[in-house]
Amino acid sequence: MHEMALTGSLVELIEEEGRKQGFTRVRVVQLEIGAMGSVDPEAIRFCFDAIARGAIVEGARLDIVVVPGEGWCLDCAKSVPVVERFGPCPECGRHHVQVTSGEDMRVKELEVE
Amino acid sequence: MCTVCGCGTSSVEGKDRHSHEGRHGHAHDHDHPHDHAHSHDHGHSHDAGHGHDHPAHEHAPAAIDFGAGPAGVHVGGLSQDRIVKIERDILSKNNCHANENRARLAQAGTFALNFVSSPGSGKTSLLVRAISELKDRLPIAVIEGDQQTSNDAERIRATGAPAVQINTGQGCHLDAHMVGHGLDQLKLAGGGLLFIENVGNLVCPAAFDLGEAHKIVVLSVTEGEDKPLKYPEMFAASDLLLLNKADLLPHLDFDVGVCLANALKINPDLQTLIVSAKSGEGMSAFYAWLEGRAARHARAASNLATAKQDR
Repeated sequence: MHEMALTGSLVELIEEEGRKQGFTRVRVVQLEIGAMGSVDPEAIRFCFDAIARGAIVEGARLDIVVVPGEGWCLDCAKSVPVVERFGPCPECGRHHVQVTSGEDMRVKELEVE
Repeated sequence: MCTVCGCGTSSVEGKDRHSHEGRHGHAHDHDHPHDHAHSHDHGHSHDAGHGHDHPAHEHAPAAIDFGAGPAGVHVGGLSQDRIVKIERDILSKNNCHANENRARLAQAGTFALNFVSSPGSGKTSLLVRAISELKDRLPIAVIEGDQQTSNDAERIRATGAPAVQINTGQGCHLDAHMVGHGLDQLKLAGGGLLFIENVGNLVCPAAFDLGEAHKIVVLSVTEGEDKPLKYPEMFAASDLLLLNKADLLPHLDFDVGVCLANALKINPDLQTLIVSAKSGEGMSAFYAWLEGRAARHARAASNLATAKQDR
């Protein structure tokens, strides 16, 4: 449910950028969402359509790139892919994996006019 | 959600409810000539398939690259698509407000705690008991978050502690901006505590830093031992687990050991205490934790201040 608030911040951030840079319409929004970031891309899409109405991003295409999770296994002492938060290391099966990437959620770039 | 100031439909007690009629109605009369002549010859191609991969962006946060449009340059007066690099974290605004709150709290010498849990775990009862038993030793103020009603703030005020109710409306969590408005309403006493009781929700509040020193997750023994596994983010984000309603344990099949093991699997650094806001069991251990952490926090703040002076 907090996707609504996050999408609100996203639209707000873009409007702010529009004011700063003088663009009035956004065609494409490229978003990067970490697979470990506890954010559901589909929910973001759903909220975006609702919140974008009347804003400069209305009708914009939302391109979401999901960044896979990566973690450092303390036992294997190396980077391993992580599919589930606090899940086991795919190599040794133990749970001593610290997530190192795939938690962020950021706007990468916009295509504007 | 208001996209102008980010305050959502929340209202802080004692303040006018924000009303943003025509929320996107602000006119943008900016008249930017856009005639910078520098041409950037990035070989960027943005075709519809979005197959571009930008290896290792080295932009500082919020770096904006005007020249990276399809034609390489932007010519004033011509409507042309262009690419604006943003590279901004969506939570950056919240984190910015959280840092402001943290600085205000540090300046006031206030130790702030963010209480999170599912609805009905007994957060308010826990706070009421803690305030009643600590108020002679420490000044305590409370910010209460709920979707509706000021029932909780009234329960807190009955103990004599100042409390501000924030109603989040549609919102499922408190954010740092709302808490900033809450702080405006409270007179914080030096060396005191601020309890922030978040909206009862074991999911969303985990992502929002409010400027607190620690998150404290409250879980009650009527909820099931596997809650930490089902809602890992909250247990990962917290520093202390209070396992509440311990007085009910004789009547339940709840296995305390299994519950704590699950929590520690998610967060090996989590500290855990078993308490009952009703019988008072374990509360003195919680107070010892509070006072110890508050003292450590104050020492760290004063060391930082001294280091700044020396510089």
